[in-house]
Amino acid sequence: MPELHNMTLNFGPQHPAAHGVLRLILEMNGEVIERADPHIGLLHRATEKLAESKPYNQSIGYMDRLDYVSMMCNEHAYVMAIEKMLGIEVPERAQYIRVMFDEITRILNHLLWIGAHGLDVGAMTIFLYAFREREDLMDVYEAVSGARLHATYYRPGGVARDLPDSMPKYETTKWRSEKDATRLNGNRDGSLLDFIEDFTSRFPGYVDEYETLLTDNRIWKQRTVGIGVVSPERAMQLGFTGPMLRGSGVEWDLRRKQPYEVYDKMDFDIPVGTNGDSYDRYLIRMEEMRQSNRIIKQCVDWLRVNPGPVLLENNKVTPPRREVMKGNMESLIHHFKHFTEGYCVPEGEAYVGIEHPKGEFGIYMVSDGANKPYRLKIRAPGFAHLSALDEMVRGHMLADVVAVIGTQDIVFGEIDR
Amino acid sequence: MADSQTLAAKLREYFSDIPVDCTVNLKEVTLEVSPDKVLDVCRALRDEDDFAFEILIDLCGVDYATYGMTEWETDISTDTGFSRGVNAVEAKTLTNKMDTEKPRYAVVYHLLSLANNQRLRVRSYPENSDFPVIDSVHDVWNGVNWFEREAFDLYGIIFDGHPDLRRILSDYGFIGHPFRKDYPLTGHVEMRYDEEKGRVIYQPVSIEPRVLVPRVIRHDNRYDDGQSGEESSNA
Repeated sequence: MPELHNMTLNFGPQHPAAHGVLRLILEMNGEVIERADPHIGLLHRATEKLAESKPYNQSIGYMDRLDYVSMMCNEHAYVMAIEKMLGIEVPERAQYIRVMFDEITRILNHLLWIGAHGLDVGAMTIFLYAFREREDLMDVYEAVSGARLHATYYRPGGVARDLPDSMPKYETTKWRSEKDATRLNGNRDGSLLDFIEDFTSRFPGYVDEYETLLTDNRIWKQRTVGIGVVSPERAMQLGFTGPMLRGSGVEWDLRRKQPYEVYDKMDFDIPVGTNGDSYDRYLIRMEEMRQSNRIIKQCVDWLRVNPGPVLLENNKVTPPRREVMKGNMESLIHHFKHFTEGYCVPEGEAYVGIEHPKGEFGIYMVSDGANKPYRLKIRAPGFAHLSALDEMVRGHMLADVVAVIGTQDIVFGEIDR
Repeated sequence: MADSQTLAAKLREYFSDIPVDCTVNLKEVTLEVSPDKVLDVCRALRDEDDFAFEILIDLCGVDYATYGMTEWETDISTDTGFSRGVNAVEAKTLTNKMDTEKPRYAVVYHLLSLANNQRLRVRSYPENSDFPVIDSVHDVWNGVNWFEREAFDLYGIIFDGHPDLRRILSDYGFIGHPFRKDYPLTGHVEMRYDEEKGRVIYQPVSIEPRVLVPRVIRHDNRYDDGQSGEESSNA
C-alpha cells in the first residue's frame, strides 16, 4: 500500500473568497483541514507608524482606510481618543450625527458582509440586493462629506460640517433618460434627513427580502448551520468581540454596557445567539441591521427639531469659521497654526473602544505632549477573529473554510493596518 | 462601567505583597508590573472574582526611546532665531540617550472583564533594552497569540513560552523591527522590477527622509491646571 501524506494547499493571496489578500496554508487530510496557517501582512501599510509622523488631524483620513467598509466607525474611535485626552466635550448635535452615521456605517458594513458571504457560499442574488441599498447609503456619505467611502468627516470636537439641506440629484444624460432621472430623484427633493428617513422606512422591507432569500434556504442552512462553532468560553479566551462573541451567547455590546456619545438615550435591542455557529452569527447581523435602522430613525427625529453647533468653538483644537478667519487677525493666526502645526495633546495615555460593526475597535494612544501621537495602537477586531481561524476550521471541509472566513467578516484593511 | 477607583483599591490590596504600581488617570486604571511577575499577575487577574478579566483585548509594544524629544525647540531661542525643525530626530543621538537606566520598551496589555464590566491596562518594562524578553501570557489568554507575534515583529520583543513566535505583518525575509523609533519611516530598502535581470530586486531606498511638520511640545498651562487637579483627586 502506498504511503499517504497530508497535502499542503496554498489558498490565496489572490482569491475572490479570501476577502482581500489573505494567504492560507492549509494542511489537508483528503478534503478535511488538519491545520490552517493564515499569512497576513500583505496589505500592511504601517498606519500606526505613519500616524506618529503626522499632526493628529492629518491621520483621520488614514482611519477610513483601515476597515474600508466601516469608515466612520474607525474615525469615531480615533477622534474619541483625542477628545478624551484633551478633555473636551462634543456638542450634543454632533453626538447625534455621529451615532446616526455610526449606525449607517454598521448597515453599510453588514450589507457588504451579507453580499460577500452569500457569494462565497453560492448565493448570487443577495449580493445584487445588498449593493442596491449600499448605493443609497453611500450617497448619504457623499452628501455629507463629499466622498462615497473615505469620508474623513469626524473631527476632534465634533464633525466637519452640518447636515446639508439638499441632496445631490441625478441629471439627464445620454445614457439616462429624463424619465429615469425623475424616478431616481423621487426621494431626493428634500434635505438629507428626509432622504435618510425615507430610507429607514424602506429598509425593514429590504431586510425581509434578504431573509426570504436566505433564512430558510436549504443550501444556505446546509452551508452555515453547525459550521465554525465556538463555545462562549472559547470565544472569550480567543478575544472575540462584537457579533462573533454575541453569536456564542454572550450578551455584550459596548453601546449598552459602556455607552458613549448618546447611545444611552437610544432604544434598541441586542440580539444574542445560542449555538455559536455561522448561522447564528448570520441571524444576529441581520437583526443588528434592523436595530441600527431603529437607531437611525430616532436620531433623525431628534436632529430635525434640535439645530445647533456641530463643532466645538474652541480654536485651540478646531479651526475658526472661514468668514471669521477672513476678517479677524487672531482667527487667522489660529487658522494658520491649526493647519500647519496642529494642536498639542497633553501628556498621558488613553484607550477608547467602540462597538464597531465587526467587534470592539480600540485606539490606544500615548502622547508625550507633542502635536503628533507618540504611539498609536489600533486594536482591530478582525485581527483577533482571524487568529482563531485555525481553531474554527479544524476538522471541517475545504469549502467550509470559505464559509468561516465569511462569517468572521474579514476585512484586510484593519487586520494588516 | 465599574468605578475605576474601587478597582484600583482592590488591585493595591490584592497585590500588596509584590511590587506593583497602580495609577488612575482619565478614569483608566494602569497596573505596572515587573516582567518576571507578569504571568502570575495575569493569571490572578483572570481567575479572581474581583477582577475576572476574561478577555485580553489588546497587547502592544511601545518604544520609549524618543519620548519627550522634539524636532523644534520652542522654549529657548538663540541669536540665530528658532530652529527650522526640518531635521528628523536622529537615530544616532537616540542611541546615546538609550543607555539610561530606564528600560526602553514596554509591553502594554488591555484587559476587559465582562462579568464586572471593567477595564484594566497592565504595563511591564522588559529589563534588557538590547534584548527585551518577557513571559508570554498565551496560557492565560489563547487569543494573545497573534498580538505577541505582532509585538515581536514590530518591536523585537521576545515572548518566552510563546508556541509559535514568527513574524506576522512584515514581508517574508524582512530584516529589522520597523516600529522601533530608530527605524526610519521610509525603511531601508525599496523594491523595483529590473529590466535587465528580468526579476524584482531590492535596493537601498532612494528617497531622503524629511520632516513635513516638526514634532513640537508646547507647554500649555491650560492642561497643567487640569492635570494637577486630577492628580490631587486621585491621590
